[in-house]
Amino acid sequence: MSGAGPRFAIFPTRMALTTMKNRLKGAQTGHSLLKRKSEALTRRFRDIVKKIDEVGHFEYSGGAAKRKMGKIMQVANFSYAEVMYTTGDIGYQVREGVKSAQLKVRAKSENVSGVQLPAFEMYVDGSNAAELTGLGRGGAQIQKCKETYKKAIEVLVELASLQTAFVILDEVIKVTNRRVNAIEHVIIPKIENTIKFIGSELDEADREEFYRLKKVQGKKKDKLALETAAREKNQGFGAASEEAQPTNLLNEYEQDPDVMF
Amino acid sequence: MEALFFNVEDGFLEAMVRGYKAGILTNNNYLNLTQCETLDDLKLQLAATDYGNFLQNEPSPLATTTIADKARETLVSHFMYMRANAVKPLSTFLDFITYSYMIDNTILLITGTLHERDTNELLERCHPLGIFDGIAALCVATNVSELYNTVMVESPLAPYFEKCLSAQDLDEMNIEIIRNTLYKAYLEDFYNYCQGLGGPTAEVMGEILQFEADRRVLNITLNSLDTELSKDDRAKLFPTCGRLYPEGTMKLARADDSDQVRMALDSYPDYKQFFDLPVGSERSLEDKFFEYEVHLNKRSFTRQFQYGVFYAYLKLKEQEIRNIVWIAECIAQQQKERINSYITIF
Repeated sequence: MSGAGPRFAIFPTRMALTTMKNRLKGAQTGHSLLKRKSEALTRRFRDIVKKIDEVGHFEYSGGAAKRKMGKIMQVANFSYAEVMYTTGDIGYQVREGVKSAQLKVRAKSENVSGVQLPAFEMYVDGSNAAELTGLGRGGAQIQKCKETYKKAIEVLVELASLQTAFVILDEVIKVTNRRVNAIEHVIIPKIENTIKFIGSELDEADREEFYRLKKVQGKKKDKLALETAAREKNQGFGAASEEAQPTNLLNEYEQDPDVMF
Repeated sequence: MEALFFNVEDGFLEAMVRGYKAGILTNNNYLNLTQCETLDDLKLQLAATDYGNFLQNEPSPLATTTIADKARETLVSHFMYMRANAVKPLSTFLDFITYSYMIDNTILLITGTLHERDTNELLERCHPLGIFDGIAALCVATNVSELYNTVMVESPLAPYFEKCLSAQDLDEMNIEIIRNTLYKAYLEDFYNYCQGLGGPTAEVMGEILQFEADRRVLNITLNSLDTELSKDDRAKLFPTCGRLYPEGTMKLARADDSDQVRMALDSYPDYKQFFDLPVGSERSLEDKFFEYEVHLNKRSFTRQFQYGVFYAYLKLKEQEIRNIVWIAECIAQQQKERINSYITIF
């Protein structure tokens, strides 16, 4: 029984048993904590997956669930085609005219059970840039195109932060689950095995000790019995024998009268 | 009188341009084009028209921009042929047409120069009709005042620059405002030139250019509502050769919102109808303008012995390229429901 599984190489002493018991307790606490962490992360993960599925296509789901993102990019692209129709190619000119970015992305980090998840957030910086583009022709289309692309970027940023969180969480969940499983299936059985081993070894030692004691006691008893037997024999032989009888040395003086003053 | 001597010098070219005009895609062609499923089908359909094999040497995943570039190339070659065979005053007239492209190119180069781009790369993006002799020298100029002093002075655009801008303006003003200021000067100059030619040219071109000017006025007004452009600045960008001048432009210059723009047009029934867009319609104001422009240009072919046909041909052809590119875009992006938003010419 003690050799059924792997165990720590340790001397089966009482002290080792105490240490092992402490370790078992620690492992169990750790296990339950990690399990809870993993559950929290998984919940979060599912939320994100759901959101990603809504927002854009979700690569792990297998099917091409191109939803909002695909749609919005299509619309944006098409609105650019409209601009091309009315004003001709203005892409280069707009790119050259840019002095600073109007839409900026800020990264924050969010703490989910000890995992830092980056969250991206888009914000508008400064005034409406390039508002005079297409002044003589197609300004309305250009503004419309800009608005659609702005929306597309918004969704894109959202998707990016979800996707990043998705990847990070995926990794962390894997690591956590591996740990949970390792504790559950390797470490705890090993410790338990060790404890059993120590227990059985100690029992064994106990039994041996007990047997030894018994043996010693038996021997002592035998010896005593022998002695008693011998003495009884002696008494039986000569109860009158002087030598054998211990005599009171003071007896001779017993007759003397007490001296009185 | 003009009929008497017109054919001596310009008869051949007028015949040419009317021949080219016959090659403009008809409604039937467009119907065929809109049936295409892929861009390769489109290429095949186009091969049956006057465009011929203009896309023959293009590798198979066709980009819509390639189609646009190639179509533009054919147009430019037609135009260059006419320009090469023209004598005065037709040659001057054709030159005038190219000035608007020159303005766009110059603006492009100025923008590039301001951002210290490699000017050679910019030259590739210029419209081929707007290339003038000194344009390569723009590559040398490193700042805007140098650009003006060494290059623009020599170019045909110099008077426009001189009239309305100083070198300092070039550094400070919004590039769009510069573009529109130049365009205003150009339109007025072109209009005056056409009026100077007299005869049917003046009539036909007068109408077209007046509409062009009014369209700019309306566009600038509508696009500058709620922007940083002040009303005075806006008024400065209005060309003064349109039918809206002076009363309509004055009202438009004061307009604060699109309702006021509409009110200002009350006395111009032709333009007012552009604003009667049915609710939820996919046609925009811009489409209406295009339609009207096509209408005017088409009408110019009904008159003989005048230069308007050259201008009209170029503009119709440009509209045709826009149509083809639009159809190509719709096919490429699989947005077939909007494919019929092109403007039929014939």
